[in-house]
Amino acid sequence: MPIGAVALPASAAATFRRHPLVLRYAPVVTIVLALLVIWYIAAILMNLTLVRDGFEREETPYTLSDLIQGTMSAERPLLPAPHQVIAAFTDSVFGYAPTAPRSLIYHSAVTLSATLLGFLLGAVFGIALALLIVHSRVLEKSLLPWIICSQMVPILALAPIFIVVLGAIGLQGLLPKSIISAYLCFFPITIGMVKGFSAPDPMQLDLMRTWSASPRQVLAKLRWPSALPYLFASLKVAISISLIGAIVAELPTGGEAGIGARLLAGSYYGQTIQIWSALLDAAILASGLIGLVGLTERLVGRRMGARP
Amino acid sequence: MPLANKPFATPLTHLAMNKILDATAQSASPPRRLAIDVNNLSLTFETADGKVDALSNVSLQIAEGEFVSFIGPSGCGKTTLLRVIADLQQPTAGSLLVNGISAEQARLDRRYGYVFQAPALFPWRTIEQNLKLPLEIMGYSASEQRQRAERYLALVNLSGFERKYPWQLSGGMQQRVSIARALSFDPALLLMDEPFGALDEIVRDHLNEQLLQLWDKTGKTVLFVTHSIPEAVFLSTRIVVMSPRPGRIIDIIDCDFPRQRTLEIRETPEFLKIAQRVRIGLRAGHSYDA
Repeated sequence: MPIGAVALPASAAATFRRHPLVLRYAPVVTIVLALLVIWYIAAILMNLTLVRDGFEREETPYTLSDLIQGTMSAERPLLPAPHQVIAAFTDSVFGYAPTAPRSLIYHSAVTLSATLLGFLLGAVFGIALALLIVHSRVLEKSLLPWIICSQMVPILALAPIFIVVLGAIGLQGLLPKSIISAYLCFFPITIGMVKGFSAPDPMQLDLMRTWSASPRQVLAKLRWPSALPYLFASLKVAISISLIGAIVAELPTGGEAGIGARLLAGSYYGQTIQIWSALLDAAILASGLIGLVGLTERLVGRRMGARP
Repeated sequence: MPLANKPFATPLTHLAMNKILDATAQSASPPRRLAIDVNNLSLTFETADGKVDALSNVSLQIAEGEFVSFIGPSGCGKTTLLRVIADLQQPTAGSLLVNGISAEQARLDRRYGYVFQAPALFPWRTIEQNLKLPLEIMGYSASEQRQRAERYLALVNLSGFERKYPWQLSGGMQQRVSIARALSFDPALLLMDEPFGALDEIVRDHLNEQLLQLWDKTGKTVLFVTHSIPEAVFLSTRIVVMSPRPGRIIDIIDCDFPRQRTLEIRETPEFLKIAQRVRIGLRAGHSYDA
């Protein structure tokens, strides 16, 4: 039965394609693999001159495969290969005690604490600002331009000023970093919550009026719950921004500790692998934080009767 | 008026008042008080295209316990009139009393329940929590809230749906919840703005019957906006026919069917006669417009 023999593997392949795990992860895996291939090719091309110069300086004969191997294992490559970054990352995460200054966990904790405090401050400030704006037309006209202006100034220029000014009044360490982080992350929250607090249906607002509900009751029972989807959307943006804010704030402090400090030290000494592993660390932290906000959103949604 | 004339003036005005009331309250034996007293009410909107007369010199007296329907083409001001009575919009001229007090005071005293075109349930609240919302706002005790939620859900035949969320109910059921919600704090006046407009005919007939039973059971005054002639004739004790540009009353039709009526009366000659008169009124309003 030649037809059956041919058809069987074909149907097995079809079953494989329709497997739920395959359906779920195939797109992601494909993209990651494609990116890795592009990254490797880019690493070879970018480091090629560097490695060839090295061989020629030492006047050793080399083959093409020597060259390619060299681009994969250079000590200070222009673009480190993925496996180098991952090796450096796992080494600095697992290779040291979590409190050691060479441990990425230590640096992550420093940055994370500033991020979370900044996020908290920014969220409270952002929501309060949105409340004021929704509450009064005059405040909207007077505040909104300044809020938008505040985000036009590059934070890289502002951060040292913040650090110096806050240092002069005796604030050092965690708080100045958190304030810079809050300064960046309140913005999407304010914009999102202005929209969110105005989200209720006019009919729902009319209903509250027919019951002669107080403004506070309208806020607590209608405006706040209607704003929650907007809140979570803006919190997701805000938490990654507050991580960036915390990292940027670590640069002008001279780089004692934190992911920003690792980036700074790496660029001082041309340790590209260290820079990239710090970047990988920041990316993992950011996606973890966004994931946490998303999880909270799902839990809150379930409590509020969202459609499954 | 000088105070010296008062001894005569007071009983006289009472007598005069009772006469008016008797006339408006139709055949009711005890003279009923006015639930709504509208005199020369006008409302003009300022729009980009100029002034729009949403209501022009509207006068209307409604006694307690009546079921009055407002019918007319869109733009005739029937919804606006209801909103003015509910103090959701302010008239530009004329006077308006709700239960003998100003519309604003009536709203602040929570004298009326309002049912909108859409159920406008709060999607993050269960059906029971939706029913409790006005009670929470008005500061009822937790046990009172629970009792009332249970009682009014039963009244609209929705017992057992307490824990469901609005999206789990059909449109008709949602609208019944919104009616129960409007009744939950026991207002004497029920304002309904095309509450069944978005529902299909069969559900609508069913809800019409339920609403009549409810009105009969509770004895509330109902003001009911609709654009369906059979609905208006079937439900009402009086039908107010309105016409647009400017929004005004062109006919008020008495509708003397017994309080307990069934859908079958829609086939009777009396019913068809009233429906015909409403239709003529509506057509007259339209031809004015053309």
